[in-house]
Amino acid sequence: MKEFKVKIEVKLKPVVLDPQGKTVLQALNNLGYAEVGDARIGKLIELTVSDGSAENVRERVNEMCMKLLSNPVIENFDINIEEQNA
Amino acid sequence: MLKFGIVVFPGSNCDHDCYHTIKHVLGHDARFVWHEETDLSEYDCIIIPGGFSYGDYLRTGSIASLSPIMQSVSDYACAGGPVIGICNGFQVLVEAGLLPGSLIKNASLKFICKWVYLRLENSDTLFTSNMNIGDVLRIPVAHGEGNYFCTAEDLKELERNSQIIFRYSTPLGEVIDEANPNGSLDNIAGISNKEGNVLGMMPHPERCSEGLMGGEDGRAIFESLISNLHQKGRAIREA
Repeated sequence: MKEFKVKIEVKLKPVVLDPQGKTVLQALNNLGYAEVGDARIGKLIELTVSDGSAENVRERVNEMCMKLLSNPVIENFDINIEEQNA
Repeated sequence: MLKFGIVVFPGSNCDHDCYHTIKHVLGHDARFVWHEETDLSEYDCIIIPGGFSYGDYLRTGSIASLSPIMQSVSDYACAGGPVIGICNGFQVLVEAGLLPGSLIKNASLKFICKWVYLRLENSDTLFTSNMNIGDVLRIPVAHGEGNYFCTAEDLKELERNSQIIFRYSTPLGEVIDEANPNGSLDNIAGISNKEGNVLGMMPHPERCSEGLMGGEDGRAIFESLISNLHQKGRAIREA
């Protein structure tokens, strides 16, 4: 059994309006950061998972994202898996 | 007398309002159903009330949608049982996949608590048959995530099947941007499933079902349902 650190980025789909991101964008522009053209806000979820292989982890975490961690109607997700050294 | 089951999750807070409206205003039987229960066989209708189930963690309604009771509510709804989800209850129903779409953060980012007007878009449902299309109801909303969103295909499907039940409007029934409190797609305030036995709505009819509350337009929704269930009961008895 190996241990993995899994990072899941959950982001609103591009077609979904992100009022929070818009507000942050405006605040950044107001602070003088005129170079910022867009801001989108998502979530970062970190899991510690014990499993036999990274492929298994990916399959199971993908399932978790579809069932609970993301809402496929409005969100996309990226999964990043890192094996921990014993 | 009909028996209503009112589902209670940790964090529900409109359960007692629903109970009061059903039992004391409308004179029917109401029971609280804890989220760990699974038997809904004795109920004529299930209400998923408003609140902040599981503290709105992760996404509003997402954790509640996976609780033991929701599998039973899903079976109950698939068998044709009437289900009403109000506010957080609507959020739970979309997360459970019983209604299409999603409810995201209000466009203003603010929690909105005020009276709004709704135009009735479909009077041919269990929940609205005592009213007419175009009727305007004055009902309060109280939510931070009531901004209805769905895909373009889902929206077409909703329109094709007349599943859009209420739209935010002006007091005169005009459906315009200025009357939209939260940024909802097409001013959508309430929808049903394709079969018409599951209703989800952000406004709170249970908070305006008696004069004392400053308005009683919400009662027509419960009364429509009650007369339809009575008729159904009569039809079954006579058959």
